[in-house]
Amino acid sequence: MRRLINLKPSRSVGVMLGLLPFALIVIIYIAASDKRLAENPDDRLLPSFTQMGEAVERLAFEPSRRTGEYVFWEDTKSSLQRLGLGIGIAALIGFSIGTLTGSIPLVNSPLSPLLTVISLVPPLALLPILFIVFGLGELAKVALIVIGVAPFIARDIQRSAQEIPTEQLVKAQTLGASTWHILLRVLIPQLTPRLIAAVRLSLGTGWLFLIAAEAIASTDGLGYRIFLVRRYMSMDIILPYVAWITFLAFLFDWLLAQLSRKAFPWHHQGGKA
Amino acid sequence: MSAPMIEVKNLWKEYGNNVVLERMNLQVKAGEFITMVGASGCGKSTFLKMLLGMEEPTRGQLLLDGKPIPNEPDQARGIVFQQYSVFPHLSVEQNVILAREFERSPLLGKLFGRARREVLEEARALLAKVGLSHAAKQYPHELSGGMRQRLAIAQALIRRPRILLLDEPFGALDPGIRKDMHTLVHQLWQEHELTVFMVTHDISEGFALGTRLWVFDKLRRDDQAPEAYGANITYDLPVNRESLAQLKERDYG
Ligand SMILES: Nc1ncnc2c1ncn2[C@@H]1O[C@H](COP(=O)(O)OP(=O)(O)O)[C@@H](O)[C@H]1O
Ligand SMILES: [Mg+2]
Repeated sequence: MRRLINLKPSRSVGVMLGLLPFALIVIIYIAASDKRLAENPDDRLLPSFTQMGEAVERLAFEPSRRTGEYVFWEDTKSSLQRLGLGIGIAALIGFSIGTLTGSIPLVNSPLSPLLTVISLVPPLALLPILFIVFGLGELAKVALIVIGVAPFIARDIQRSAQEIPTEQLVKAQTLGASTWHILLRVLIPQLTPRLIAAVRLSLGTGWLFLIAAEAIASTDGLGYRIFLVRRYMSMDIILPYVAWITFLAFLFDWLLAQLSRKAFPWHHQGGKA
Repeated sequence: MSAPMIEVKNLWKEYGNNVVLERMNLQVKAGEFITMVGASGCGKSTFLKMLLGMEEPTRGQLLLDGKPIPNEPDQARGIVFQQYSVFPHLSVEQNVILAREFERSPLLGKLFGRARREVLEEARALLAKVGLSHAAKQYPHELSGGMRQRLAIAQALIRRPRILLLDEPFGALDPGIRKDMHTLVHQLWQEHELTVFMVTHDISEGFALGTRLWVFDKLRRDDQAPEAYGANITYDLPVNRESLAQLKERDYG
């Protein structure tokens, strides 16, 4: 018998093993749900897949009686707008600050300690301040995501900028580059794939702050909906919403990974040359 | 006799208490090919960095054409490092035209249309000279170590620097490839009328390539405090054609 660490599953066995836990969870869920519903047809804790399907159909494919909107899609749209704006602005701010502090000592000295301190402030503790300053509208929610994510991106990009070999910066100067040239042609192109990686890592945090903000002050959005229907213990809505959020998170991560691989093949195949 | 291009007058370099180089006095004429050997850590790279403007002397003077050498890198002094000398996000030809783009496009550092085609033509000529024509569209990670150093050299030469600095450029290459690189560097040195400073850890490479060989070593030594004294050039040997021919016979014959 070979050692355990030397036993590797073949490709097809690997895929099967990967799917196994999902299948198990579904089977266990169905069994548990059936049992509870058999005992009490009005049980709300573990709705059957049929019940969840009906809930989704109601919210996604029938206009709401109150507003005439398709609640599920409206929620999705509102949430993605906030998330997109928040992450987009955070990426822009974080990339600018990270690139400049990582490459220009005279910018680094005044900003780097500040950045370190800001990144230690728990963003959720700032949420009341954001609501006071920006009101309960969209701005506060987007601002929370920006504040939660931008410092991380800035520090990540700063580190990446500092990791670019000095040799490259010297070489560029011997080719006659100005500081501006170095930023434009040497640093920014090499830091862009790093930005995509940093955004991928911070998407989870982005969702966290989005849902937190929506739970506290909102009139629509995926997070708002889950917390709203919690009052009625509507697991038939909460569970599909959670699955949908998970799917969206997976999709964005995958799309960003594809984008990076397509747009920056040298980054994924090569080293630092 | 023509005035020296580079003059070193009682030059010292210290990092804190660590004396790296001391009491250096040298003169170098335009067109010399200087090779530098010496133990690891004795200050050869530091000396190149001062020539490049990355480091400044602690004491003494380093003059170029009678004036203190500019204290930041510029296009008059090209450099090839052992690694990280080319840009990984640019293709071979993009790497080569980069210097021209910096020169001709102050705002964007990038050329388009006709201006770009012009410099690409110039780059292709240079790539042909270093034997990289077939790889113009490839990226550095697709090249072998030797090809990458050829690219670094072509890239450094497009703006016609007067001085070319090479810091162990072939240290990571196989012996066979190194020999090709010697031929290339020797040829480019003559064609481009360069003044070359090359650090090498291979003394036969030093003899084979240069017109003058410097050996870096410490003249004074204190075993209790190895940092107290710096290195200097202990041998400054002219390399003549005969010794070169002899060596070629012995090493490559
Ligand atoms: N930036 C630096 N700060 C402090 N010490 C340095 C620095 N660069 C080089 N040194 C020291 O200077 C000495 C010479 O280094 P270097 O010129 O790289 O040697 P060589 O190229 O001959 O191997 C070494 O002792 C090294 O530790
Ligand atoms: Mg060295």
